[in-house]
Formats: sequence, structure tokens, C-alpha cells
Amino acid sequence: MPTWTELHEGSAPQPREYGPLTRTDLVRYQGASGDFNPIHHDEEFAQGAGFPSVYSVGMLQAGILAGFVTEWLGAANIRRYAVQFREQLWPGDVIVCSGHVVRKYAEGGEHKVDLELLCTRVETGGAAVKGEATFVVP
Amino acid sequence: MPDEAAEPGHPGYEMAVERGKIREFARATMSHNPEYLEDPIPVSPPTFLQTSAFWAPHDAPPANGSGGMDLARVLHGGQEFVFFGPPPRAGTTLRVSARLDKEYEKEGRRGGTMRFRETVTSFVDEHGRLVAESRATVIETGRAPTEDA
Repeated sequence: MPTWTELHEGSAPQPREYGPLTRTDLVRYQGASGDFNPIHHDEEFAQGAGFPSVYSVGMLQAGILAGFVTEWLGAANIRRYAVQFREQLWPGDVIVCSGHVVRKYAEGGEHKVDLELLCTRVETGGAAVKGEATFVVP
Repeated sequence: MPDEAAEPGHPGYEMAVERGKIREFARATMSHNPEYLEDPIPVSPPTFLQTSAFWAPHDAPPANGSGGMDLARVLHGGQEFVFFGPPPRAGTTLRVSARLDKEYEKEGRRGGTMRFRETVTSFVDEHGRLVAESRATVIETGRAPTEDA
């Protein structure tokens, strides 16, 4: 884990690739999270709603992106995590998680960093999830 | 720091943060972090509080505020978690209460009228401390949602 003196604006963890996403990954996340919207596992339901197939649960890629960044700066140190969903992800998609420090500051007697995060869909290069995080740095 | 854990008439419900559930959730989100998987009293992952769905009463509306919306036309627009200290660890019991914060409509470019709902959920531990708040934004589109709705 990087120390306070090692962190600067622009500091970044090594980007990481995940996937290809499978239907099993979607079902496993739905089972773990308790979100059972059939649009993510029931092919007939998804096609009936006008989609080519089931598509991923936004909170799955949000959770992957969260785990990517807590591994870098510490699971107990996160204080804020926010995501906006952009492109949908589909079975077969490969994603890349990345991020970097945008602000380093002291607040309330604690050292903190703010980060911008991105989960990119490799096939299109488009953003699937845009994220922000705040960590304390012990 | 806000302290209105349970608004009058909305007592909320209890949620136990459990080691096995943290492990299941960490693996489902493709994490190999030993802080989640090997610590005997692990801290919960940043998005773990979504699992409060399992603790809500059977007749409670969905925690993300999508109650009454057509699931085929619902988009999850965004989600935020704020922690007022480390995320809750296994062994913590939380009291969960949700309130509708905002409801509004926008005209989509091609999706017709889009209905937005923002729901804030607070998580208070057994000592009465507000440990986390989440904000969910869900959108019901005028037709089947697409990537640029």
C-alpha cells in the first residue's frame, strides 16, 4: 500500500483486466447481492423487453471497480465511493479498471486522497462505470 | 453529521454484517483481497451494503427505490456510499432505514419521459452511530432502456 509521501496527484494503481464476463458471473453477483431483476439472468424476459440478451448488473461492475481500488489503498480506509453507470455490459465483455489520484489534502486531522475511477468496456473503449472515491491515508 | 437514523413512522429494519456474506460478496465481485477473504473479522466491501435487500421485510419496497416501476424499463443511474469511519466489520448489527429524497422527470432524447428517483438509506450501528449512508438513483425510461437513454 502506498504511503502518504508516495502519493501525489496522478498516482495510479496498475490497471487491471477482468472477464470475459459470463452469465454465471451475473447470476453469482445477483445471488450474493439480493438483486434478482430477471433482466440480468432470464433471456426470454430480456429479449421480451427489447434487448439482444441479458446484460450485466451495474452494481457488479461497480463492485469490481470498488474492489480494484480498495486493494490499492486499503479496505478499511475508504470513506466515499460513488458511481455513475454509462454503457451496459454484456456476456463476453472484457473490462479494464483504472484510476488515479486527483486531490491530496488534510481534513479533520486526517490525510485524504480523492480519486477518479473508470471501468472501460474493451470492445468499444467506452466507459461502463465512472467512479469517484475518497480514502484516508494512515 | 446527520443523526436522523430512523424518521418517525419509519423504524427501519435490522441487518447483521456477517463474515460468510462478506466472503461471498467479495468473491462475486472478483476480489482476491485477503482483507475481505482472510481477516477473521473482515471489513465489508464498499458496495456490500446493497445486500441489505436480504434483510428488508418481505413487504418492503426495493431498497433502490424502484418500487412500482417496470423492471424492463428501469435503469440504475448511479449509486453513492459515504462512510463516516471504516466500513462496518463482520459482527456489526446495523439498523437500516430508507427515505425517498427526490423524485423528478426529464425528457429523454429518444426514450420519452424519464422518471428519476433518488433514495437515501442510512445505516446505524448498535451504539447509535451513523456508520454509512447510501444514495441510489434509479430511472424509469419511456421505453426499453438503451445505452444512451
